[in-house]
This record gives sequence, C-alpha cells and structure tokens, in this order.
Amino acid sequence: MPYSEAMMESVAKVEATRPQRLAEAKEGKHYPRLDQDEIEQILKKYHPDYRDGTKRGLEVGAGKGTVVPNELAELLEARPMLNPGAVDLEQIDLDTDVLVVGGGGAGAAAALTAAADGVDVTIATKLRLGDSNTVMAEGGIQAADKEIDSPTLHFLDVMGGGHFTNDRELVRALVRDAPAIIEWLEDMGVLFDKDEEDGTMRTLHGGGTSRKRMHSAGDMTGAEIMRTLRDEVRNHPDEIRVLEFSPAVELVLDDAGRVAGAVLYNLETERYLVVRAKTVILATGGFGRLHIQGFPTTNHYGATADGIVLAYRAGAGLRFLEATQFHPTGAVFPEQNVGLLITEKVRGAGAQVVNVDGEQFVYALETRDVESSAIIRECQERDNGVVTPTGRKGCWLDSPMVEALRGAGTMQKDFPAKYRQFMRHDIDISELPMLIYPTLHYQNGGVAVSPDAEAERENLYLAGEVTGGIHGTNRLMGNSLLDILVYGRRAGRNAAKKSKETQPGRLTLEHVEAFVKEIEGSGIDTKLTSPMLLPDYAGKLG
Amino acid sequence: MATELNRVERQTPPDDEMVSIFVMGKEYRVPDALTIMKAIEYAGYHFIRGCGCRGGACGACATVYRTADNYRIKVGLACQTLIEPGMHVTQIPFYPANKAIYDVSEAEPTVEEVLKHYPEIARCLCCEVCTRACPQDLEVMYYIQAALRGDVKEVSRLSFECIMCGLCVSRCPAELMHYNVAILCRRLYARYGMKRAEHLANRVREIEEGKFDEELDELVRMDEKDLVRAYESRDFEEA
Repeated sequence: MPYSEAMMESVAKVEATRPQRLAEAKEGKHYPRLDQDEIEQILKKYHPDYRDGTKRGLEVGAGKGTVVPNELAELLEARPMLNPGAVDLEQIDLDTDVLVVGGGGAGAAAALTAAADGVDVTIATKLRLGDSNTVMAEGGIQAADKEIDSPTLHFLDVMGGGHFTNDRELVRALVRDAPAIIEWLEDMGVLFDKDEEDGTMRTLHGGGTSRKRMHSAGDMTGAEIMRTLRDEVRNHPDEIRVLEFSPAVELVLDDAGRVAGAVLYNLETERYLVVRAKTVILATGGFGRLHIQGFPTTNHYGATADGIVLAYRAGAGLRFLEATQFHPTGAVFPEQNVGLLITEKVRGAGAQVVNVDGEQFVYALETRDVESSAIIRECQERDNGVVTPTGRKGCWLDSPMVEALRGAGTMQKDFPAKYRQFMRHDIDISELPMLIYPTLHYQNGGVAVSPDAEAERENLYLAGEVTGGIHGTNRLMGNSLLDILVYGRRAGRNAAKKSKETQPGRLTLEHVEAFVKEIEGSGIDTKLTSPMLLPDYAGKLG
Repeated sequence: MATELNRVERQTPPDDEMVSIFVMGKEYRVPDALTIMKAIEYAGYHFIRGCGCRGGACGACATVYRTADNYRIKVGLACQTLIEPGMHVTQIPFYPANKAIYDVSEAEPTVEEVLKHYPEIARCLCCEVCTRACPQDLEVMYYIQAALRGDVKEVSRLSFECIMCGLCVSRCPAELMHYNVAILCRRLYARYGMKRAEHLANRVREIEEGKFDEELDELVRMDEKDLVRAYESRDFEEA
C-alpha cells in the first residue's frame, strides 16, 4: 500500500465524490472563481508574503530601505566573499565582447542571440551549462498564437495575475515577442505537443488564463527547451566560449562607473579569473534555495540569488522582491519527494484540488498565489488537510480525473516524468491522487530592468528570474519560460550592439571596497559572506 | 511536528534506524530511507558536481552502485534512488561523449544525415547494456537501431525522456554517444518531421505588421480602474 492507512481512508472519500465532480466538469461547470475583493482578503490573511516578521528593509547599499525577505536581506548585508585586494585587475585572464553570467535558458538564449550578431561571447556558469530552473519547468510556455487569442488578452491575463502592479512596458514586450519566440524554438527543433495531422499546437489553460495558450512538450517543456538550447550553444564553439563551474563573484566596473566585466571563481581549482567584457548580461536565476520562511522548494541546487547580490553591490535597483511565489502543488508525500513540483498542467488537464473529505474548496485554476492561500487556509485554519506519517499536511490533487476526462493512459502519456517519479514509490498517479501543499517556487521580483533588458547601470543587461517587474507581485504559469527567452534574446541583441560601441576603461572593484566600508560603518554584525553560490546541506537531514 | 507553515523539524533517528553505506569505498552511518544524494550530504559532503535539480530532471547525479550480496552493477540518479544497507556508491558526474557540430536549418531528417554526424553508431553490438544502464528505463538500444534506419520519429518517441546523464555512454562497449545521437534525431524530427504550426506563422506575421500595437499601447496607457474593468470582463475559452 503506497499511502498510509489513514491516508487511504481519505483517498476512499475522494473516490466517492469523484463521479459527481466528473459529471459536473463534463458539463463545463466548475467551482466559482473568486472576485477581486475575495482575492485581496484571502491573500492578506493566508499568503505567506503577508506574515509578520518575514521581511525587512535593507540597511545598506543604494537601495537602502528596499523591503526583501529576511533570508535575502542577510545575503545583501553580508560581506563580499571576494577580498578586492586578492585579485590583480591589471592581469586580465580573459577579454570578451559579451560576458553572459548564467547558463540556464535566459543565458543560453542571450549567448546565441549575441553570437548571431557576430561578437565574441563567453558564458560563465556556476554549475554545468543548462543547470538551472529552466530544466525543471514542466507544464508549458505561453504565447497568444491561436486565432481565438491575442497578445492583448495575454497582456490582460499577465496584469491581472500580477494584481496590476506589473511594469506595463515590460509586459507589452513579453506578450508581443511571445509568438516569435515559439517560432524560434520550432525552427531550432523543439518537440512541441502538436496535432500530428495539421501541426496545430496542443494548448491548455493555466491558472489565470482566459485562453488556452499553454504550449508544452509533455511535462518536460523546460527540459526540452534547455537541452535544445544547450545543443545549439555547443554547435557554436568558435563563437561561444563556455566556462562551467565558474560563477561570477563580483561585477567589475571601470573608472567611468560602467560595468566592464566580472571576477569569476573556479569552484574546482578555487582560483579567481578576471574577465574584462564590453558588456555583461546577468542571467543568474532566482533565490529558491534560500528556503524563504523555511519552505521546501521546487528549485535547482544553484538557485541562490547570486546575481541580485552582485547587481546590488554595483548599484542596481531592486523591485518586487517583497513578493515570493509559492506554487500551490508541491509534493508532500512521500518524504523523498517533498517540495517537488507537480506541474500546474495537471490542473490544466482537469484535475481538481480537494480536501480530506474529497470536497472542493477552491477553483482549480485560480492564480498561484490565490490557489496557494486557499490550500493553506484549508489545511491550517479549517483543519481539513490530510496528515502524513511525518506530520505534514496537504490536500489532494485528483489526477485520476485526467484519465476520466481525457482517456485512459493520459497521465502516463502527457505527464511521463511525473508518472515515473511517483511510480518509483509505487504510487500510480493515474489511479491515485497526489498529496500536495504550497512550496517555494519563484522569485517574483528582482533587479530593475528596461524593455531593452538594460539595468540601471551602464553596460549591464539582465534576463530571466533575476529581473523584477514583468510579473509584478505574482507570475502566471508559463510566463517564466517565456520571459527568459524574450528577455534573453533582447539582452543578447542589445548587449551585442552596445559592445560594438563601447570600450572599457581602467578596471576597478572600488564599489566593493565602498560596500565593505558601509557595512562596517552601519554596525551590522555579520559573519556571512556572499554570494552564497551553493546551499550547504552537509551534515543535515534534508 | 508540523509547524503552522507545514515545516517538519526532522531529528537524527536512534542508532537502530541508522545504516552503513560506502561512498567511494568509505563507510558512513546515515539514517535509513534517505535518497543517495541526501545520504551523501548527511555524511558531510558539500556537492559541487554530482548534484543539480534534485528532482530527477537534469542528469547531473548519475551514480553507479552495488548492493550487498549482489554481483551486479546497478545505476541510478542519486536524487531519486533510495539507499540500502551496505550499498557502495560512486557518482559519475561527467563522462565524455563526442558531439557533432551541425546546422539544423541545413540538415535533412535522413539516415545519411545521422550517419554523417555519427557514423560510429554502425558499431552497435545490440548488447543492450545501454538500455540496462538507463535510469529513465528508456529503450536506448532500440533508439540507436531506429537512428540506424533513419527513423527520427521513432528515436524521438523512444528518447523523449532522456536527461542526458551519460550512463549509457559510460557502459557502452562500442563507445557510442547515445544521448547526442538522440538529440540530433529529435531536433531533425521536430524541425522536418512534424508539420509547422500555421496559426503560429500567421500570428508572427500579424505582429510584425503591427496589428496589435495600437491595442497594446492603449492598455499600457490605460487608467488602472479601466484596466481592472477590462480584466474582469474577459470571456473565457472553455476547457
């Protein structure tokens, strides 16, 4: 028996209510969506972002007073791991036109685009090329490319998802570029789910979408995009140099205050490398591995907010970092899977979220922050959660509904990775529901960026999760795989163009020295150094 | 116990729930029922290589192991495989595999194309060691055979869930580079074997012609109240 006895008793209740729920779903009926007032109330009361004592204003740096989660504040107020005196900036180890920091989807897209413009490109990445949250994105990528849809509707969905706080110019670029991004991927040979007869994209809804515009490649959409981008980067060895296990630990400025390179740190040889670059693109991803408020996370091992630390020390502004995304459906059982993502595509395909008694309590495709809040309310306040043998609580994601609605075998066919992951623990998700609870998923905010992917610092560009503003305080499903590529391409294009018009001056790390002085003068007593680079689970029971 | 936010503080279990595992031959006592990855971390390692997504999707943590009283070499992903008492583990975080350089936009979905880039696949011995070595349980040998026939569609179907961990390559007596053959075939099939999405090409053209620019500009400038109203009055495409 894959689940405990108590859990199986609850599964029986889920099975008892399922025929009725299925009958209603087939008639197009669904649990009512919340209106704007109800959304505001449920978020304020139950979303983790609104908990007291979990965030604070920064005490040092150009963005003094900016409110961020405590775990990030500690890194932004930590001492630089690099002692500026330890490297000789006169000794340039590598000269390049465009330095891309980060080797995920955004970095790879930026590098390919810059290289196509004929400049010399270097990717410096902390782990392997492709090691990133991109590879873990499961459900899909949005683009308004169907007749019934339009970029305008996509724009509205994005704005509503972000509670109208988003930077509208950034959203405009996102939705307008989206179809061309899908076409770029189609050209490169990404295996999208399509109708075999006529090539029509098989698209689904995501939480908060008014049209079915979620394009997918099974439940490995990000992995399929990433392995294709990586293969393409490796098809250009003469144009794109790849330095793996070499994270940037500081940006380097020139005497005119422009960004002019970075100091890399070879994790294996423990040596620093001075890179002079005409322009720099930061594509370092997000902060999931900081375990904000102690939450488990869906994120990659390398998601430690390094780019935010570097950009902040170099004087770039931060936005929307007070808002963290919790994905409503992280696995809670078995213990080995805790925190793992269960894609929203499962709900897009018809699975409902139900409580210990098999009853619905929220529409399955509310935006992620609202869906998460409703699940937290159901488990914590109403005490209608299912309790696991280790004492965790969760609700059921009723995946067998997908089989009933879309045909036997759909779970295995359309969700092969998830099916396999649960079969490893003898849980057949085509027959049994999955136990879920919100899990730390995404950094909604980040470093401020323009529609041309420029930071507030000259010669610095940004793309992907490290940026803030596109999604406001809450991102919709499928818009992250989209934004990394839209802004990766924009950053690559603009950084390449600028690299032809600029020449770095004398290199300096004076901004780092000044930052150290500011910390010492502020009375902050910290033993931490940053960037963190890798989370430390050594000796711990994860 | 679970806290308000559903966190569980886990304690080191009593001695009788601890087991021995051997990391590259060295013995460590770790709690039972951990994954290999978490057990190695519990033992005190701080991964640089051999750790990635921690969710079975990236192929960074390929591991070979032997269990007590069994002569066979077994393979798995460290993040997905549970430890067993007396297990010997060694990670293979990187294994070299030749990668051809090609331009997909100038290629063809044919056996000639595949063999031009990877002629070595003709050396396949059909021994199925690759298939046995695949932590994703893919039919690796069959997709190599499909590649030899130029059946890129079949290669795509059989290799779709490949995470490129390299274990197949590490075990192959014919020294093939299976996962690189697979991605070439998948890209060829996606580009040439599947029909192009016509609606996509149309929409890209409409956008280039500026069809939506005015509407979008209007939304960018719109008063927030009107924007909320426009949002709330959207109609929904049926699921």
